[in-house]
Amino acid sequence: MALAETPKEQKVTVKQMSWDPVTRIVGSLGIHTEIDFTNQQVLKCWSTSMLFRGFDIFMKGIDPRDAHFITSRICGICGDNHCTCSCLNQNMAYSVKPPKLGDFAFNLAESADFMFDHAIYNDCMANVDYSEQMVKETNPAVLAKAENTPAPHADAHGYKTIADIMRALNAFTGEFYLETLQVARYTREMYCLFGGRHTHPSTILPGGCSANITQQTCTEYYVRLMRYIDYCKRTVPMHDDLYDFFYEALPGYERVGFRETDLVCWGCFDDPDHVDYDYRNMTTWGRHRYVTPGLVFGGELITTDLVEINLAIRIMLGSSYFDDWTDEETFVSQDPLGNPIDKRHPWNKVTLPKPQARDFADKYSWVASPRMEDRRTGKFIANDTGGGPFARQWVTAKAGLVDFGYVKATGESIRMVLPKTGFQPEMELEWKIPPWSNAIERQRARSYHQAYSALVALHNLERALVEIRAGRTKSWSDFTVPDEAISVGFHEAARGVLSHHMVIRDGKIANYQPYPPTPWNGNPRDSYGTPGPYEDAVQNTPIFEENGPDDFKGVDIMRAVHSFDPCLPCGVHMYPTTGKGKVRKVVHTPTGMC
Amino acid sequence: MATFEISPNQATTEAVEAHVLWITVGLSCEGDSVAMTSATNPSLEDIITGNIPGMPKVVIHNQVIAYEVGQEYIQAWFDAEQGKLDPFVLVIEGSLGNEKINGDGYWTGFGVNPSNGQPITVNEWVDRLADKAAAVVAVGTCATYGGIPAMKNNPTGAMGVRDYLGWNWKSKAGIPIVNIPGCPAQPDNMTETLVHLVFALAGMAPVPELDDAGRPVTLFGRTAHESCNRAAFYESGNFATEYGDDHRCLVKLGCKGPVVKCNVPLRGWQSHMGGCPNVGGICMACTMPGFPDKYMPFMDEDPNGKRSSQVAKFTYGPILRWARGQSIKRKYDKEPAWRHNDAELTTGYQKRW
Repeated sequence: MALAETPKEQKVTVKQMSWDPVTRIVGSLGIHTEIDFTNQQVLKCWSTSMLFRGFDIFMKGIDPRDAHFITSRICGICGDNHCTCSCLNQNMAYSVKPPKLGDFAFNLAESADFMFDHAIYNDCMANVDYSEQMVKETNPAVLAKAENTPAPHADAHGYKTIADIMRALNAFTGEFYLETLQVARYTREMYCLFGGRHTHPSTILPGGCSANITQQTCTEYYVRLMRYIDYCKRTVPMHDDLYDFFYEALPGYERVGFRETDLVCWGCFDDPDHVDYDYRNMTTWGRHRYVTPGLVFGGELITTDLVEINLAIRIMLGSSYFDDWTDEETFVSQDPLGNPIDKRHPWNKVTLPKPQARDFADKYSWVASPRMEDRRTGKFIANDTGGGPFARQWVTAKAGLVDFGYVKATGESIRMVLPKTGFQPEMELEWKIPPWSNAIERQRARSYHQAYSALVALHNLERALVEIRAGRTKSWSDFTVPDEAISVGFHEAARGVLSHHMVIRDGKIANYQPYPPTPWNGNPRDSYGTPGPYEDAVQNTPIFEENGPDDFKGVDIMRAVHSFDPCLPCGVHMYPTTGKGKVRKVVHTPTGMC
Repeated sequence: MATFEISPNQATTEAVEAHVLWITVGLSCEGDSVAMTSATNPSLEDIITGNIPGMPKVVIHNQVIAYEVGQEYIQAWFDAEQGKLDPFVLVIEGSLGNEKINGDGYWTGFGVNPSNGQPITVNEWVDRLADKAAAVVAVGTCATYGGIPAMKNNPTGAMGVRDYLGWNWKSKAGIPIVNIPGCPAQPDNMTETLVHLVFALAGMAPVPELDDAGRPVTLFGRTAHESCNRAAFYESGNFATEYGDDHRCLVKLGCKGPVVKCNVPLRGWQSHMGGCPNVGGICMACTMPGFPDKYMPFMDEDPNGKRSSQVAKFTYGPILRWARGQSIKRKYDKEPAWRHNDAELTTGYQKRW
């Protein structure tokens, strides 16, 4: 989307505005912008964060069996996603296939994590931007309209007007906010039944799950799951009403957080009947996942092949503080299928940090820029994860591969059947691929994904019970660690793609490169000058807030950023961010940046 | 009608306003803040809404849950520095990098220094606020002892809060740094200790007694093994041989519970559910000062545990198990002989009819 064109003689008020730290996310994120208040448009955006621990440095040389315990600690909200991804990765390296019950345990734990994460993030964090208190402070006219707008699905969720929904989302006092805090607890109890603890699990291992899984485990999971499905029957229609109202009340709101539909999804939840964790068969078992992997350029689904996806990943430097690794050792020259592996691929990435002053015209971040190669053009695209659910559902819907009764992907939509629960009859939901990739649709997809995750859980629970009732109660398989191996784990964190690439030499870790969702979304301009997705989405955002520059809160910008579900410990687990030296060459000098 | 007071001077103590300034972005993953939202004894809402009689009003400043964004959020931190928020408890999550070794760079920070536009490091926040805080609490193993970011070969020189401020450091109220280790810390351990401290600051409770490693004795007085529901299997020399479908003691599969101070087997992970050895996960010692290096590789048996478990396995263990099994089988699994439907009363009662 082009920036606002302004006649030369017009006096334009451009202000530098910063939000540092951005709250209601996990991690340290600063958003720095230039805003044209005359034309109500963001002109420039830089996203920064400030944290360095050095996981890939101190993991070198350790026993590969420690990888999941250590990498879990990369992130405090997707730690279990990291742990699981690392175990999938180790399963490939050790050529071990867990018993079916072990695979189901992974799916049941991870789907419970999504149920928890999407619930707490939507209604205790991101949707606070749409709460009565916030809308009152930023758009009183919109709140007035909401007071007089009946909620179309009032029968389903019980709130008569849109303003009633907004009130229910008020932080620490709203009824739905408080209920969701409670929901976010019993869903974590569900996680603990298979994972032991949240967010750094104790029972998720290479080879399977070490929880003692019994009928009792399943019963305790079952009752909570059905309660959650009941909750979804209220939450999805409520969110639909709220988000649709914003399109109606503020024409043009689809441009908030808008960017090209360039998406990545690695898929998740393996079907034990198909997965063997062998790289050479990854194309096939990847397509049997309960969430389909896929690569999307410009609104077109390019592939669902995990091998092809693996080959297309590139790590760029550009605006980040690293020396290139072109002269360093090449760990992997070809994959197990004989395909050539690029020097810029994660398997060959060598981290060569070079701290230096922050210069917004040149280098200004320690986050490298992951890109996907478009083989048709040879270009490198800044794909985003849509905050997780948006890309997962977009790809799954389009691919049309998933069909397990409760959920069916149609090619253009996903149909879900929520069975009868304690308080409500059966309900059908349909998520249709929206015409835009924007803030509202990322939020809406997250809401539908709560239901999607619950139905994946229900299906896997039923299959796990078949195993237990047949007496097949083993959930872990033994293995030995080979001297040499290369492997990859592809998984989804709640907020999007997660990959772990590993090289084992002499039985120890020679290289371990985790790429979580936030490097994909929160990266800076790359070596071609392409901005990262946060920056891109904020730069496309028009300003609808009624406040002027003096009491500006930036709610539209916060909605754009929050829609990606930022999680900064993941984003910058490997590198320090901006240096604290003086800026040498100042082109733009937004507040707090020089 | 006069308000009924459940605790002494309730109206007075509830009128006190105490702030909790929670630094979430030390060298951490913020798992402690996320875990805190799952606490139920007490919960976040219990604290914010003053659900506990007599508890001073608590205002929590934590990035993960705050309504305010950017400058509106950070203002409270500057206010605390200027003495405008008093009393406050400073909670630190994440380890502290050594900022003396990185030249012009920095390891972690939040907020912007108005004087030079640069980020304010977490260490600088600690320097600005520690002396003004009524108490300093380190939550999670990163903040208490360094944890994962402080493992061997780390580039940041990461350390715990006591390593940074000094092991004998005390707040202006005379309280040593309270350590609540765990990776992450068990949710209720955090909220309960915070409430305990707030009561202590209001003069209504003693300051929590701490052990030599700075941990509240009531929470960390026992080992994981001493609270574990599988410990009896150790006693009888009966050990699990594979993960998962084997409910016996896990020490031979790498569980470090016998040498780890932790109450998770007792308290569960949340709402008394989940945990580690009690549900089948090996204890990886995540609450300990020696974590992680001294316990790696985690899935291998601890050398000392190996010796003592061998003794249990090959000496008294099988005898205990056999003897108990026999007495259960022969005696306690059988009902007394007088419970029958015969035409004779054999309970010992002498009939009078």
